[in-house]
Amino acid sequence: MNKKVDFENRRILGSKHLKIGETSRYHKDQVYTDPHEIFFEAETKPSFVTGSEVIRDALKRASLDCFVAYPITPQSEAAALVGELFAEGYLGEYFRGESEFAVMGQCAGASFGGARTSTTTAGPGTMRAMENFPMWAGSRLPIQITVTCRGINSPLSIQPDTLEIYYLLETGMMVWHAESAQDLFDFILKGIIVAEQPDVHVPIAVCCDGFFVTHTKDTVNLPPEHMVLPPYDPYRSPVPCMDMECPPVRMMRDPFIMKSNYIHYATHASWQQEVHAAVDRSRKHANAILDGLIETENLDCEILLVSSGTAVSQGREAIRLLGKEGIDVGLVKIKTLRPFPKEEVLEATKNAKHIIVPEFNVTGWMAREIKSIIPNNERVMEGPHVCGGMTMPSEVIVEEIKKHLGLAKKSD
Amino acid sequence: MSKEKIKISEAMWDFMPPEYQDMVDRATYGNNQRSWKDIGSSKELIEQHSLCAGCPESIAFRYILASLPNPEDTVMVGSTGCTSLVFPHVAIQNIHSLFGNQNAIASGLKRALKVRFPDKIKDVVVLAGDGATVDIGLDMTMQSWFRGEMFTTICFDNELYANTGGQESGLMQKGFVSKMAPVGKLFEKVRLPEIAFESGCHYVACLTVSKPNRVEKVIRNAVLVAREFGPTYVQLYTPCILEIGKQSMEGLDEMKDAEAIGQRFVAKEYMTDNVKAFLKEQDAKDKAAKKAAKAAAAAAK
Ligand SMILES: Cc1ncc(C[n+]2csc(CCOP(=O)(O)OP(=O)(O)O)c2C)c(N)n1
Ligand code: SF4
Ligand SMILES: [Mg+2]
Repeated sequence: MNKKVDFENRRILGSKHLKIGETSRYHKDQVYTDPHEIFFEAETKPSFVTGSEVIRDALKRASLDCFVAYPITPQSEAAALVGELFAEGYLGEYFRGESEFAVMGQCAGASFGGARTSTTTAGPGTMRAMENFPMWAGSRLPIQITVTCRGINSPLSIQPDTLEIYYLLETGMMVWHAESAQDLFDFILKGIIVAEQPDVHVPIAVCCDGFFVTHTKDTVNLPPEHMVLPPYDPYRSPVPCMDMECPPVRMMRDPFIMKSNYIHYATHASWQQEVHAAVDRSRKHANAILDGLIETENLDCEILLVSSGTAVSQGREAIRLLGKEGIDVGLVKIKTLRPFPKEEVLEATKNAKHIIVPEFNVTGWMAREIKSIIPNNERVMEGPHVCGGMTMPSEVIVEEIKKHLGLAKKSD
Repeated sequence: MSKEKIKISEAMWDFMPPEYQDMVDRATYGNNQRSWKDIGSSKELIEQHSLCAGCPESIAFRYILASLPNPEDTVMVGSTGCTSLVFPHVAIQNIHSLFGNQNAIASGLKRALKVRFPDKIKDVVVLAGDGATVDIGLDMTMQSWFRGEMFTTICFDNELYANTGGQESGLMQKGFVSKMAPVGKLFEKVRLPEIAFESGCHYVACLTVSKPNRVEKVIRNAVLVAREFGPTYVQLYTPCILEIGKQSMEGLDEMKDAEAIGQRFVAKEYMTDNVKAFLKEQDAKDKAAKKAAKAAAAAAK
């Protein structure tokens, strides 16, 4: 199905799909295009769009075979917009499931059957669906899910909050966290490419902070609409596609469940290790396609602000404000939470005296992640934390940093 | 998939496991006269299983596999339960993912296969226990019927949660004392066949697996109707001999008792008028094909 290509100067290492240059099987105006060309060479056009529209615009270029929808704020609009794409003939199949648990099962079924599959959810939807995510990973299904984070607490809240990401971290999926609408667009399409690499082949959750990203307008540079990803090839996979197009075999003499013996334990153990190793192997692809798993600015500063998602955007403004007062702060933006850029963060923070970790959740899981991998982790200042839908004004970050440095009163 | 695809290169023959060699030599793929009578002559129709000795699920499973009209292009979806001990032995691609989500998986799968192979028949058949179908998965079972999903759902009704040790299930008889029903089950056996018909199934059958001919017929009907019309449902009584205190050889008697007049498993079928006409036509075609096959065999002699 694939032909050899010249790898020189290519960021997406991998063979080039034979279908490149052919008209899409779904829409006659679209042409299968080399992902390298879409991401790095195509002329882009700035568009002023909401995050929900960006999800649609990305999936319009994804040669998607199947999307399963279910309403939950703040992703309902995006999921409905993808429905409009289906009506216009841009994807193979689209329907509404009956609950997030069922939707994730329906996505799994479609992916088992060899379809490039995507969905979106948020907050309680993520939690309702949770049993499915390790199943997706263990079954090596490269499903793309966009998670528009919102509160999961009771009393009911629909407001932005990133606590749900913490629950996704050990599911065996790749988890990337978009800071902006541009990230969201890029991460969705690039995530599909990385997830489908045969040596990776695990699901990918692209997270963004609900409302802040989904419901605000931003300028996003979009490649031309006629350029779409080459179709998914379900036979470039570490596990057989369930379509009876490849030989079925009696898979095991002895089913690997409910047996209490070493062989069975070892089988399960090695498969779990393999799934997490597959996530690890995504580093090399993500590194090339995302320009590194982290983005950094001014690492020579004694104070570093390290975080992911919208907290980074707010941090950027705080850094500007502090700069005006003569306090220099550097920045580390973490793009991929799984795999976690351990080496990169270690290196980036090695000279920092104060590591500030602002977060949009009550527990501060990002600070814990960072503390668990760096030496002298008393350098980490956990916070500021906001939750329940609160915004995090840059001034608050400024105040907290000053307090931490002993430059401001502890409380007014 | 054609039999062509399972061929082994001559040089590799000796290295392939006997199950695979047998599949190439003796699988009934592509033989439209295959039937339950082929059980025992092909490893593909489940040579071994890891269920309790004499468990009626084991023979029911074989009847079902032997009755599929298109095994070379059929994908099965299972669930957690005693059936998940058998699926790994089955020479048809099959999916186990979670407990109770089988009809959600099948919905996505069937639609994906339709998108990917628009000109080819790809059958999807769900096979799950009563706990999976009626209790934990009822929502997804019924929603797939409401949506008119084009696949067959088969439920192995053993009237309890066998795999976890015999707890109460929705299909258990009222009054039955079991684990988690310490004073007897307090509500009636759920009338899923009737609910299925009301919910949009075009063909519904409920029976025991005491008679292979009958099982073969309803499975074939259910798969063919699902292809043409929409969802179909088959509920099979496969008593859990372990949990109701029967011996290995007593499963058949238990089923015969349960299907006697006035008992809860008297065989029943529901179908729409269109399906009735379709199946009549199908029967005539099957008869003609059988006759032709016999004549051809006689001529070959
Ligand atoms: C989410 C979840 N809940 C509970 C279980 C435990 N469980 C495994 S099998 C089973 C019972 C299966 O009963 P049934 O569907 O009737 O199949 P049977 O074993 O009777 O054939 C249960 C409760 C599980 N695996 N997953
Ligand atoms: S526990 Fe019951 S249903 Fe399960 S294999 Fe044994 S007899 Fe069959
Ligand atoms: Mg049962």
